[in-house]
Amino acid sequence: MSTTQMTPAPATEPALHDLLAGRQLPRWAPLAAAAAGIVISLLLNLISAVDGVAGTAVVAAILFVIFQTGWSLRVEGRRHAVDRLATTAVYATFVIAATPLIAVLATVFVKGIKVISMTFLTHSMRNVDTQGPGGGLQHAIVGTFQQVGLAALMGVPLGILAAIYLVEYTADAKSSRLARAIGFVVDVMTGVPSVIVGLFVYSAFILTLGLPRSGFAAAIALAILMLPVVVRSTEEMLRIVPRELREASLALGIPRWRTITKIVLPTALAGIITGVMLAIARIAGETAPLLLTTFLSQSFNYNAFKGPQAALPTFIWDQFTSGTQASQDRAWGGALVLITIVMLFYAGARLIARFTGVKKF
Amino acid sequence: MSTTVEPATAGTAEPISIHGQAVRRGDRIFRGVSLFAGITILVIIGAIGIFLIWRAIPSLQANTANFFTTSAWFPDQTPNPVFGIAALTFGTLFTAAIAMVLGVPVGIGIALFIAQYADRRLASTLGFVTDLLAAVPSIIFGMWGLSFLTPHMEGLGQWLNDYLGFIPIFRNDLNQYSKSILIAGVVLAIMVLPTISALSREVLTQVPRSTIEASLALGATRWEMVRQAMFPFARPGMISAAMLGLGRALGETIAVALILSASNVINWHITEPGGNTFAANIALKWNEAGPIGLSALIASGLVLFAITLVVNTIARGIIARHAEFRESS
Amino acid sequence: MAKRIDIANLDAYYGTFKAVGDVSLSIEPKSVTAFIGPSGCGKSTVLRTINRMHEVIPRAYVTGQVLLDGEDIYGPDIDPVNVRRTIGMVFQRPNPFPTMSISENVVAGLTLDGKKRSKAELDSIVERSLRQANLWEEVKERLDRPGGGLSGGQQQRLCIARAIAVQPQILLMDEPCSALDPISTLAIEDLIEQLKADYTIVIVTHNMQQAARVSETTAFFNLPGVGQPGRLVEIAPTERIFSNPTQEATEDYISGRFG
Repeated sequence: MSTTQMTPAPATEPALHDLLAGRQLPRWAPLAAAAAGIVISLLLNLISAVDGVAGTAVVAAILFVIFQTGWSLRVEGRRHAVDRLATTAVYATFVIAATPLIAVLATVFVKGIKVISMTFLTHSMRNVDTQGPGGGLQHAIVGTFQQVGLAALMGVPLGILAAIYLVEYTADAKSSRLARAIGFVVDVMTGVPSVIVGLFVYSAFILTLGLPRSGFAAAIALAILMLPVVVRSTEEMLRIVPRELREASLALGIPRWRTITKIVLPTALAGIITGVMLAIARIAGETAPLLLTTFLSQSFNYNAFKGPQAALPTFIWDQFTSGTQASQDRAWGGALVLITIVMLFYAGARLIARFTGVKKF
Repeated sequence: MSTTVEPATAGTAEPISIHGQAVRRGDRIFRGVSLFAGITILVIIGAIGIFLIWRAIPSLQANTANFFTTSAWFPDQTPNPVFGIAALTFGTLFTAAIAMVLGVPVGIGIALFIAQYADRRLASTLGFVTDLLAAVPSIIFGMWGLSFLTPHMEGLGQWLNDYLGFIPIFRNDLNQYSKSILIAGVVLAIMVLPTISALSREVLTQVPRSTIEASLALGATRWEMVRQAMFPFARPGMISAAMLGLGRALGETIAVALILSASNVINWHITEPGGNTFAANIALKWNEAGPIGLSALIASGLVLFAITLVVNTIARGIIARHAEFRESS
Repeated sequence: MAKRIDIANLDAYYGTFKAVGDVSLSIEPKSVTAFIGPSGCGKSTVLRTINRMHEVIPRAYVTGQVLLDGEDIYGPDIDPVNVRRTIGMVFQRPNPFPTMSISENVVAGLTLDGKKRSKAELDSIVERSLRQANLWEEVKERLDRPGGGLSGGQQQRLCIARAIAVQPQILLMDEPCSALDPISTLAIEDLIEQLKADYTIVIVTHNMQQAARVSETTAFFNLPGVGQPGRLVEIAPTERIFSNPTQEATEDYISGRFG
């Protein structure tokens, strides 16, 4: 063999064992390293070289990494030591990320649940002193549902129709180029900050067309914000409808638009609903566009087209920035209500997806 | 019995004529309507740019200071409005940079954890939870950042000042550690995590099993496999995930508006209170602004729009180019 | 450098499901051994236990012994990473790394250890491996082009070159031709014929003619019933398996009277 000149002597019998063997740390090694790290960190804490829970935890974690990597380096070699270090880092990122995210949800729940009561859920802030306790947010719930509902009325049909165009009517070269442009713009639109959309609605509809600042103006902004989400999710759902289904229908002489409305859309319906609910979950908590396009009301206003109207995000903003204990409590209560609504939409979308077998979500 | 047959015959009888004008008209209308919906989207993006430019012009003409190099923000001052975006640009870029430095490695780490390291069942639950967190409204992150995170960050700010104070950005001469650019950046990092990890997870789980096994069969450790088989395959997707996260961090409004103690100055000491961003400035100044003030805020929004447009276009460009490459090869 | 393999009382599991039970067989060095049998009979699973690739699937594990020249590769001080480095594998679908060039693909296994190698050394390994895989003449002008740009058959030979570049003791092939056209299949079969001079080769195949063409020894695996573990029915010189099998199940299978 010509290979012998490249790597000398892997030929003799004992070499095989060396080739396959690799000393490995025992299974309990990570636990031992962690225990050692924690104990030493606590000892350092006792002699007050380290203080605080956070400090002790950080020092323990650093010691754990040093112990395990060093041990592995000695016993297992560089490649396995690097592998263990990487595994530790990946697990650590997860803990680092999970901690604040859980903390957010826990804070909202603990602070919010204190003010939740029947009164809070069924009253407005009309004739309530913002600085003092009492009052409620039902007027804001009404406003949010109206604004989000109007946004969905505008955004959903537009989004679904645009998705239909992108998927069903782009066979020839010219429309496929247009479709690519639209697709690209939809993607870019996903990243346009909501405050910019608020500015746009203000400049175009309020300043230029004379629309009053109202729930409806906010709904226009929210519709624009949900549009790309609806288009993208609908598009994906339409694309996974099998081509054979369309062709079977067209071959029966059923015109294209009927094929789409009677065959394609019903097939993709569950997925489209899922996408719409996700889009609603995304816009229900938007605050910035509402601040720019509505005036906050402290009372019920069932007419989104006229006068000031509250919504949950602006209610929370107003109460939180009012700065008294009572108003901040109400803000947390509002946050809990808002997050519950958003999560319900989100979980609902996921449940629909799961029970109808929509894979994507 | 006969009723079950009837609809079928009625259905076939209707559209059969070859010259069916009705059929073609139906198709034309439906196509026209959906085309209109598609065009509307193009028009919206164009209209955003046009209206922002148009409504920004009055303030830019009235401004007596340099729009790009001025930090102060007194657009409604008569007779000489003075305003500029220097401090806003600084604050926006700095908070977004902190968010990226912290958020990108952690976001990709979570994605890797879910895609490769975690048990399958645990992974799908975790995927659901991280997606859920993308839906937490930003105002809630802002409230949490102000009332929960800020007190916990003071120790870190103190520590940075005590031990790393020789680095200018960590020095704190005021001995006040709340409402700082650092805290805003950390909150932004947490907010962009779901964006970054969701997209990275998607591309990481798309790495073909056969590519992963090819690497393992060559004798790679798990980390070597990740570097050899997974990262090169997923790199374009991870880059664009980071860019989309950046876009979100640049445009985030309410959380930053709540956390920063808005002051339009450039302060390199990132643990000290102060600083402002484009988006937060718009939300905070909106209700107290006069006509020129509103126009000035729109002008600053135009700059933010341009920045996010560039960032998003680059991100999408990377994805699109890579998709084409993959199709052609 | 070629080694013999002795499998003794091997059971392979996926979680609680036992995929293959009680396999014992010996594989001679510098020969080609074919595993044949119907789908789901566990022949690929057994193949993947030989380089410990079975256990990369979550919750999959093995009991029993796999001896490489008497050394148990499931022994307590054995590192699976080193086992896989010593026993090369070629998969059903060609799987060159899509982001790497042809030459990077060839040395992908070598560069894992992070050691510095001179360009000349790497180049000579690339050339030697590609020559051994009968691919050098076809690709020598475009070594820096992506491996994904080659035809299916060329990609599979590239994967073989990648596997032999680390100079393994054994070469495992898991239905290497099932995704290829007849001409590419022929090229791979010719290559197997050449490679057995240096390597111990184990090949899983669906194609009985292929087993008959390339192998000296054939092992027939069968599934006694639904939900039961696959079994090794018999292993014998290929000629005898195809002309005069001792088991009825084998005869049924090779004569097409299966099922």
